[in-house]
Amino acid sequence: MPARTERSLVSRLLPPLVALAVLFLAVFLVNRVASPYILRVVTLLGISIMLVLALNLSNGFTGVFSLGHVGFMAIGAYVSAILTLSVEAKAVNLPDLPAWIAGTQLGFLPAILIAAVIAAIVALLIGIPLMRLSGHYVGVATLGFLVIVHIVLVNWTQFTRGARTFSGVSSLTTIWWVYGCLAVTIYVVWRIVRSPYGRSMIAVRENEIAAQAIGVNVLGSRLMAFVTSAFLTAVAGALWAHIVTSFSPASFYFAQTFNIIIMLVVGGMGSVSGSIIGTVLITVISELLRNAELGLHIGGITIPPLYGLSQIVLAVGFVLVVIFRRKGLMGDREIDLRRFFERKTHEGGAGDPDRPGQPKD
Amino acid sequence: MSVLQYLAQQTINALSLGSIYALVAIGLAMVFGILRLINFAHGDLMMVACYVAFFLVGTGMSFMPLIVITIFAAAFLGMLTERVAYRPVRGSPDVIMLLTSLAVSIFIENVFVMVISPVPRSFRSVTPKFFDFVHQWGGISVSNINLITVGVTAALFILLLLFITRTRVGVSMRAVSEDSLGAKLVGINLNRVIMAAFAVGSALAGVAGILWAARLGKIDPLMGFIPLLKAFVAAVIGGFGSLAGAVLGAYVLGFAEIFLIGFLPPSLSSYRDAFVFLLLILVLLVRPNGILGSTEREKV
Repeated sequence: MPARTERSLVSRLLPPLVALAVLFLAVFLVNRVASPYILRVVTLLGISIMLVLALNLSNGFTGVFSLGHVGFMAIGAYVSAILTLSVEAKAVNLPDLPAWIAGTQLGFLPAILIAAVIAAIVALLIGIPLMRLSGHYVGVATLGFLVIVHIVLVNWTQFTRGARTFSGVSSLTTIWWVYGCLAVTIYVVWRIVRSPYGRSMIAVRENEIAAQAIGVNVLGSRLMAFVTSAFLTAVAGALWAHIVTSFSPASFYFAQTFNIIIMLVVGGMGSVSGSIIGTVLITVISELLRNAELGLHIGGITIPPLYGLSQIVLAVGFVLVVIFRRKGLMGDREIDLRRFFERKTHEGGAGDPDRPGQPKD
Repeated sequence: MSVLQYLAQQTINALSLGSIYALVAIGLAMVFGILRLINFAHGDLMMVACYVAFFLVGTGMSFMPLIVITIFAAAFLGMLTERVAYRPVRGSPDVIMLLTSLAVSIFIENVFVMVISPVPRSFRSVTPKFFDFVHQWGGISVSNINLITVGVTAALFILLLLFITRTRVGVSMRAVSEDSLGAKLVGINLNRVIMAAFAVGSALAGVAGILWAARLGKIDPLMGFIPLLKAFVAAVIGGFGSLAGAVLGAYVLGFAEIFLIGFLPPSLSSYRDAFVFLLLILVLLVRPNGILGSTEREKV
């Protein structure tokens, strides 16, 4: 690796600060001028990016391939929704709750944090045994976890209303909440990936045995990625619950799992900017297709509703990406903000941006 | 009902359920053994077979030719998925192949949702009346569908055994699953063997689909999912990639499930699928390679 030129504090802090300012401005503008539909899509987009980034931390950077993350999203959604529900609404919707929980109502932030901590504890408990498995065995086992979460949600009527819709959640999530949390998520993921922990995660992904040989704590790195990822996923789930306001166990099952995974793989597993790009792309495509699904009138021709069309197109697109561009759009490269700035100041002066884990092929 | 009668009754139910799981699990294990691909679309072949049967009945065809066409349709679709989706990603990391099959599954299911309808259809028009007849033997009730399921499965096991031990393709298949590079070196045509594995596995899934739908009496585009997951668990319990293991795992699962329903308190019996998957996770932890699976050492 070529020696990096020392950067002053200003030039190190400038790019992220400018990015933050741009994000702030964009959110402000969208919040002000956009139609309610666009506002909702943009808000949901922020949540999707959080979900994909969180998944990337475990599936992409560490190679712990989880198919069960939507289970953590469900934990985040249900726990936070129960906590923020007003005492009166609880009496109507969940009459059988134990008294200590039926009589309490928490603010949004504590509810989110409690939900996320619970998800992280669950992740720790199942992670300790599961992280010893490798490759697709982790996928299979976490899929089992997802099914278990689903069955518990459907049957634990006292807390979840069972398979029926859980409704009456207050619409507390604003675009500011979402993009605030998203900024924190991006920062956290970025810092983890660049930290010694992150490096050991990538080392584990690239070659478990070699990583072990140089003294990386393989189980520890995997567990750390899995638990952090579960925490962030639950935060996203809690935000999601308080924007859609009604959901059921079916909301947190395979369709949702597949959506997040498509975004991750299309963007590129192991790239933070890839996750963002992949999510934006897939969200735009699915929104367009969703409108087509409900039937269209183009120049006098009526296209009947085509339920399932968006999933079909996404599935085909996914297979094509996997066949022709297996590492997704970004692979594990990043868009480097610093380089963008430095090119402006002194042309071509930027060295090799340090990439988190070059592909070994 | 005496304890003995109860046990006999539950054993018959468990054998019948296990047989269907076994038929599905064999196909999964065959493909896994050769390609290390966990085929999520395998359950959808069951569904497609049922819809083919459902629409053929509308043409007034009699039951036997209808079943034959149905099975061929399933085998053909299985081979098609291999050619179109799995061959191009062959040799990719495990996870990529797994995701490809997930996409194939989503594709097939949603094509059926879009073109036909997500609304379940009755399968009673397809299965002949005598399927539902229930015998009363010494206080045990045995329906014809259970007898047919167990009988058909047993016959297919024998055919399968002959296929993998006596035919050239079958022997090559075992060779490839043992050592695919070695098999290639001695001149085995990998593409042909893989195609054959998909054809045989998918045909079995087609049979399993018909039997499953005959039990439930209805079909819908997502019907393949639960049996797929169960077959999956069965294959893992038995040792993924081993055919005998898949069959063994399927019956273990069938018995575990039926007796869980019997012994769990009623308040917990709706959680039985959760227990099934807990069993899966436990097996993965204690014996990741299953009961019959060989231990795979990672080479450095």
